[in-house]
Amino acid sequence: MRWLLLKDLQILRRSPLQAVLLVAYPVLIAVLVGFAISRSPEKPRVAFLNEVPADARVSVGTRELPNIGVNDRICARVECVHVESRAEAVEEVRSGDVLAALILPANLVNRINSLSTPFPNTPEIEVVVSEEDPVKARLVNDRIDALIAQANLVIARRIAAEGGKFLGLVLDGGDLKVLGQTIEILGLRNSARIVESLRPSLPPGDLRDSVDRVIRFTRLARNNLATGEPLLSRLAQPIAVDKEVVDGSSPPLESFAIAVAATFTLAFVVVLLVAGSLALEREENAFPRLTRGLVSHSALLTEKVVLGVVVGLAVTLLMLTGLALFVPLHWGRFGLWLVAILASGAALGAAGAALGAMAREVRAVSLLAFMVTLPIAFLSLIPSGAVGAALSDMIEIVTALFPFKPALDAMTAALDPAGPDLGVALLHLAALIAAYGLLARFALRRFAAV
Amino acid sequence: MHNNLRRLSRIAFASVEAGAGIGTAVIEARKLVKRFGAREALKGVDFEASTGELVAVIGPNGAGKTTLLSILAGISKADGGEVHVPEGEVGWVPQQAALYRRLTVEENLLLFARLERHADPGASAEEMLELTGLGERRGEVVARLSGGNQQRINIAIGLLARPSVLLLDEPSVGLDPRQRARLWEFVSALAETNGTTVIFSTHDIQEAERYGGRLLVLADGEALFDGSPDGLLEAVRREASEAADRDFETAFVAFLHHRGH
Repeated sequence: MRWLLLKDLQILRRSPLQAVLLVAYPVLIAVLVGFAISRSPEKPRVAFLNEVPADARVSVGTRELPNIGVNDRICARVECVHVESRAEAVEEVRSGDVLAALILPANLVNRINSLSTPFPNTPEIEVVVSEEDPVKARLVNDRIDALIAQANLVIARRIAAEGGKFLGLVLDGGDLKVLGQTIEILGLRNSARIVESLRPSLPPGDLRDSVDRVIRFTRLARNNLATGEPLLSRLAQPIAVDKEVVDGSSPPLESFAIAVAATFTLAFVVVLLVAGSLALEREENAFPRLTRGLVSHSALLTEKVVLGVVVGLAVTLLMLTGLALFVPLHWGRFGLWLVAILASGAALGAAGAALGAMAREVRAVSLLAFMVTLPIAFLSLIPSGAVGAALSDMIEIVTALFPFKPALDAMTAALDPAGPDLGVALLHLAALIAAYGLLARFALRRFAAV
Repeated sequence: MHNNLRRLSRIAFASVEAGAGIGTAVIEARKLVKRFGAREALKGVDFEASTGELVAVIGPNGAGKTTLLSILAGISKADGGEVHVPEGEVGWVPQQAALYRRLTVEENLLLFARLERHADPGASAEEMLELTGLGERRGEVVARLSGGNQQRINIAIGLLARPSVLLLDEPSVGLDPRQRARLWEFVSALAETNGTTVIFSTHDIQEAERYGGRLLVLADGEALFDGSPDGLLEAVRREASEAADRDFETAFVAFLHHRGH
């Protein structure tokens, strides 16, 4: 078997295009994934035009709120491309340089302030977005909606905080600055204290009864207003999220992205190589000669799978090394990487051998390998719950029959401790190795037939 | 080159020469039947060949020549009948060169010598390089060789098994007259000098008549004639008398016509 393996590696080496593709493909994927991961997906490029006057302030009653730093807050969440005019913002969107444009009109603060007047105007901001690409448009809408919700929350909190201060002033008293003058507010507590201290000096009668009524009112008002402040703060964000993870922990997005890239690479390299090299034995007319006592069918299939595993291992490790330039990898788990790659490679190789034995011709094999691997890989990435229950079940069954999904689980588990159970993925892969091995063995019976 | 062939063939087939004499049946088939769907490719064919015989299997397209050789080689299984072949001693040379075109001549020979578990694969490859006269082109990738040279390597690989019976499926197809002459010189030497039983199929009646010691005529899966070239000539003259004074190929076609094919 080793001589056949060496022969296949020699043939591979003699095919410059294949050899270059095998090296260039993982490097390219590594660079693309690396860039995609290292550029935060939470910061889309957005053209930003703030026409609000610098000295404009949101006010509550007669009081102006401090500057909430709109520019900084927005530009912390998106990559701001500052523009000078609306026309420039629109042009930026049209050219595709930015995903969207966000324009804060000059009257924004005035309109916010009008909300507390008898003639309120709805404050509006302008969003310019290209609907040419529906996926991109949806992404931008989601981002902008989230941004506006956060801005509303910030303003609501500020207003609630100011309202709370006013309540505190009414309760406890203090100084209130209005139009440059300081007004002393006595407050309910102080008022009650003064009235209570006066009561003993009053003779029983109507006046004393009236004072008692004032004292009861101040106590009641004090107690009820005391609950107003936390109520105001909760108004700004009435619903809080209590997240409970019930099905294990999930690995960081970076680890999952790397696992996807590695599994994609491994799947395409191994399936295409194994299926193609098996079909090549037939195209070179060597299969009948080999299997006339020189090599058994099982040994030939095993050699092809080993070829796929060896090349797949080298290519995947090359890709992971490339990715390590962009994101830190758990090199301490290298042993588990090897286990995952070897098991995944063997299962994918067995599937490739079955495809090669069934399709028999190199061109048909290449087409079939793509037609099977690509959709299965994409189906494997659809999370459960993203589609209807029946369709989800069907996808789960289909993806379980091909080694991509368990290979992805194994790679994710090997790359990150928070990944799925490696043992389950390995058992799944072992079952698929046996199943595809038998299928390939069976298909090989009519392999040499014309 | 002829001297080279004889000398190297002796090295390769010393074991065959030791125990065998011409006249002993080394390969035998009885009532062979092979079906491809509803079509019967072989209809109860009987065949045997003795040590050192050079048997040509001839017939029109679809006669069953390749099917018969494939069954004798163990590549196909018969649907009926019996085959007796010396185990592990049948060399098979398919019609289309069974070679790795991206490997060099030497790499191909080395690979198959290793797969045949030769004690010294390098020496075996050297033998075959000298046998085929391609020693100077050992480092060339097979895809760059002419069809004739590829066929020589193809046969040399078949010989690496050191067979007592060599089956050649239309070995001269695609070769120019000079390459054909070299090929038959080589094949004849194997049979005459080393006692190797050579069974080859061909479309070329004159080639079969010239190089075959015995001819097996197949048509539509039936064996129409099995005997010497002179015997066939006589049968042709007898059954297709109107074409008896024409060339052998024309007379042979008339003979097949008379037999209903």
